[in-house]
Amino acid sequence: MSVLSIKDVLETTEMITQNNLDVRTITMGISLLDCAHPDIDVCARRIYDKITSKAEHLVRTGEDLEAELGIPIINKRVSVTPIAIVGGSCDSKDYVPLAKAMDRAAHEIGINFIGGFSSLVDKGYTQGDRNLIASIPEALATTELVCSSVSLGSTKCGINMDAVAQMGRVVKETAARTADRDAIGCAKLVVFCNSVPDNPFMAGAYHGVQEPESVVSVGVSGPGVVKHALEAVRGQDIGAVAEMIKRTAFKITRVGQLVAQEAAKRLETQFGIIDLSLAPTPAVGDSVAHILEEIGLESCGGPGTTAALAMLNDAVKKGGLMASSYVGGLSGAFIPVSEDAGMIAAVERGSLRLEKLEAMTCVCSVGLDMIAIPGDTTAETISAIIADEAAIGMINNKTTAVRVIPVPGKKVGDPVEFGGLLGYAPVMEVSKFKADEFIARGGRIPAPVRSLTN
Amino acid sequence: MRIVVTVVGEDKVGIIANVTRVLAENKVNVLNINQNIMDGFFNMVLIADMTEASMDVKTIKECFDKLAAEIGVEIRVQSEQIFTAMHQI
Repeated sequence: MSVLSIKDVLETTEMITQNNLDVRTITMGISLLDCAHPDIDVCARRIYDKITSKAEHLVRTGEDLEAELGIPIINKRVSVTPIAIVGGSCDSKDYVPLAKAMDRAAHEIGINFIGGFSSLVDKGYTQGDRNLIASIPEALATTELVCSSVSLGSTKCGINMDAVAQMGRVVKETAARTADRDAIGCAKLVVFCNSVPDNPFMAGAYHGVQEPESVVSVGVSGPGVVKHALEAVRGQDIGAVAEMIKRTAFKITRVGQLVAQEAAKRLETQFGIIDLSLAPTPAVGDSVAHILEEIGLESCGGPGTTAALAMLNDAVKKGGLMASSYVGGLSGAFIPVSEDAGMIAAVERGSLRLEKLEAMTCVCSVGLDMIAIPGDTTAETISAIIADEAAIGMINNKTTAVRVIPVPGKKVGDPVEFGGLLGYAPVMEVSKFKADEFIARGGRIPAPVRSLTN
Repeated sequence: MRIVVTVVGEDKVGIIANVTRVLAENKVNVLNINQNIMDGFFNMVLIADMTEASMDVKTIKECFDKLAAEIGVEIRVQSEQIFTAMHQI
């Protein structure tokens, strides 16, 4: 019998009790391909039945593992086949009943979000895609737990600029439909370039068509643990910092791997992937921005931020890779503004601006995330922001995303409260210069040279 | 299944006796105890075997929560798996 050292045991305990180590999410992916039916009510019923039967024990399994392993498992979630595909054979053009079926199922099984009210239009629309995207504002306004995503570009396909233009309008309409709740609908809507089919994190999770019948994936977390570990290498060179991040990421990921394997076994399904993301929460001591500041920046967003973040992101992957048999999803440090106490403080301090966040998304996961912008930002400007972010993803062969919240009636600096894990954000400034004519062109940006890899 | 019981708190008489009494009552067999006093604080890591246990981990946890409140120390019960995953390759 190998005996654990008291030092190792206390280190793990300290990570959990003092540095907010947790498993951020256990997400069960469920294929809904067999739920398609011309009658939308039948389709909705099949969706509800399949989710509630496949994921019936998801929450209890998560809670059991939490108790046995003594580590918090914050979220239990479900992702499903993009509803644009499932709904494609419905006679009805309004897919809101399908979103409501997802919402009812999510409430029934006790999860806190369900993703997959989604559409993949990298190269163009099917009729199902058109119906789904048109249904997004109403679906997000009338459901509580449903998350929606639209993929509108990729390195292989280029960027669908018609969809870029449309999504600017959809974001605005979603904000208007949920204006009484600080545009909360937009916090559940994300626009992707190079979206991934096995992402366990919301709001962008969906269960890709190449995925099996059902699968369990896990997203780990631990910004607080990394920050704490780096306190031990203050003053040492950057190589020592990278090494410490790698070691810490390895340990964090081993826990994720354990949870994923156990959860898959108990739920009698396949283990999908571990997502090696550093996902912050608004809690004190759980911030990616604070890691960057620990590395030596006065305030996140200042000069040096991109370099420090690039190193952090790479070291997390290198440490995590060896700790898990299957790595996937988004796997990178997240930089959502409202969900990270350090990012919020940096915005309030004036060191972090939208343009710097855009630069940061070139070197990490995932994009302009959870950013409150003035309510009078036009649909065209939002589309242009989406286009810029998609271009970064397309050219750099990485996932990028935009989740901005144009809060009706709010101006730069006004606070917006989303509540819970979605956090709080001060409204950020957006450039006043227009791109209306660029967006009005529509069409498709051709796939870049680097897509021709064969 | 093996569990790791971690006890941290101000040193006083009877901590080990109380903790092992709960384990014995639930037919949990102690395999290893590693205990010391660091900076005046009692630290103990106890590894035990649950094979013959009369209760599940959740219930034993509840017993220890009650005991922890009574004697004023922190007691955590976790499956050994999380520690071996993290610290042993």
